[in-house]
Amino acid sequence: MQTANGNNPAAGDAMIAIEGLTKHFGPFTAVGGISFSVSRGEVLGFLGPNGAGKSTTMKMITGFLSPSAGRASVCGHDVVADQLAAQRMLGYLPEGAPAYGDMTPLAFLKFIARVRALKGAAADKAIADAVAATELQGVLEQPIDTLSKGFRRRVGLAQAILHNPPVLIMDEPTDGLDPNQKHEVRKLIARMAADKAIIISTHILEEVDAICTRALIIDRGRVVADGTPAELIARSRYHNAVSLTVGGQVTIAAAEALKALPGISSIEINPRGTETTFTLFPVQQNAISAEVKLIDAVADLAREKDWTVRALYGEPGRLDEVFRKLTRSDTADAPGKNAA
Amino acid sequence: MRELLAVFRRELGGYFATPLAFIFIVIFLFTMGAFTFYMGGYFESGQADLQIFFNFHPWLYLFLIPAISMRLWAEERRTGSIELLLSLPIPLWAAVLGKFLAAWVFSGIALALTFPMWITVNYLGHPDNGVILAGYIGSFFMAGGYLAIGSCLSATTRNQVIAFVVSVVVCFLFTVSGLPLVTDFFASWAPQQVLNTIASFSFLTHFTAITQGVIDIRDIIYFFSLIASWLIACGVVVDMKKAG
Repeated sequence: MQTANGNNPAAGDAMIAIEGLTKHFGPFTAVGGISFSVSRGEVLGFLGPNGAGKSTTMKMITGFLSPSAGRASVCGHDVVADQLAAQRMLGYLPEGAPAYGDMTPLAFLKFIARVRALKGAAADKAIADAVAATELQGVLEQPIDTLSKGFRRRVGLAQAILHNPPVLIMDEPTDGLDPNQKHEVRKLIARMAADKAIIISTHILEEVDAICTRALIIDRGRVVADGTPAELIARSRYHNAVSLTVGGQVTIAAAEALKALPGISSIEINPRGTETTFTLFPVQQNAISAEVKLIDAVADLAREKDWTVRALYGEPGRLDEVFRKLTRSDTADAPGKNAA
Repeated sequence: MRELLAVFRRELGGYFATPLAFIFIVIFLFTMGAFTFYMGGYFESGQADLQIFFNFHPWLYLFLIPAISMRLWAEERRTGSIELLLSLPIPLWAAVLGKFLAAWVFSGIALALTFPMWITVNYLGHPDNGVILAGYIGSFFMAGGYLAIGSCLSATTRNQVIAFVVSVVVCFLFTVSGLPLVTDFFASWAPQQVLNTIASFSFLTHFTAITQGVIDIRDIIYFFSLIASWLIACGVVVDMKKAG
């Protein structure tokens, strides 16, 4: 697991620092004063429902939108007062990977290289490296408009990493890619992660577990959770629950027998086709030893009762459940409620 | 400066990457020729100069130049590439000026391709080539003025049709502000000073002065300050949109 890195960011090495960043569009508050920082070596997953303010925050960091209030800096350069210096330090993949459709990827990357002050051999090498990293070799001479969605996304990625920036900001980098391409892009991000500060926004929760060292969940323009993926998963009510799937008809007796096991607070029964899944919630939710003990007890019981066990495992927790819990404003976890 | 050149090269290349440039140039040359020879009665006039040819320029530019300028910013907004452009380390002035200069050079290329007209008059008679050169210079400056207006208005919208229509209307007002159509409206109530000021904004007044072979520094200043003002306004519009 990469999540171990996230617990231990090099102190004082914040490459992206954001304080009370706010954006109003007329009466609507898209981002309501969020603060966080990202250090070298961190991959921050930016999560939230549509319209939560993820893209708006990224647009403010990259200089496309001006903040209504608050501050953001990239490598110590304020994104408003010292915008060009901040922009030189970052690579940005905007949502939907826009590019100049009438250009070929090669001409487009040459344009970016010129803007990024890369010349001659350095520019050629940077373009060759970015093309190799994003596997664009086959389409370099085709107009970008004629490329598939996956290739266009990769052109956008190549553009973002061309100057090997210390800070990378990517808005849904794997959106619209097929599973193989997603895998490649994740590998690419993981390769670059060690010496960069990276922010990616995503809807795909598995991605957070796969590449992020830290996850930030925002809802209605506010940060509602900030932690390693493991910490977020631990907030799930399924964390350390035990799941047992048995074949055949379920009997009330089976449920009663499971419920009678020591250390169980509640039980969920979920019949599906010819099998039934029982989810057992332990009393002590945060003790991994209790979970192991419970699995042993369930296994013993299954042997004793001669059930056809199809699956038996301890659940790490479910990120999608945590996500739903945190981003529904009527739950106790919503910050608005706590503040009120 | 490096950024300005990068934007300029990309934009100018963009015209020729698609059939747009060729279609535009063909239509430009065709309408210039058609108006001069048929509507202007060039041969019947019996004069070996390009006065008739230049007289049509303001009216043709009125439609042809907004067709170039409408895409400058509206297209970037529609495709979202403006987000890329403005998040690259390019100073705003370089983006505004780079785009404008590319469009201006492109219109200059189209204008230069009317050189067969010049060859024709020289074949037919002995025109004053100095006056013709002045006409070309004046026409080029006027194209710059129209483009600067169109560029600013293109930045206000993501819809190229709106950019085109509004540009045509505004350019029309600037073209005719010295004609009775506009001055009559103000003549009955506005003081003479205001009337003169409005008339002095007219493209026609300044362009006609130049095509007669007199390159007056005031006419040049007029076009430069007009271009500069509209480009500054363009920068302000782009910057204001960043504030949401």
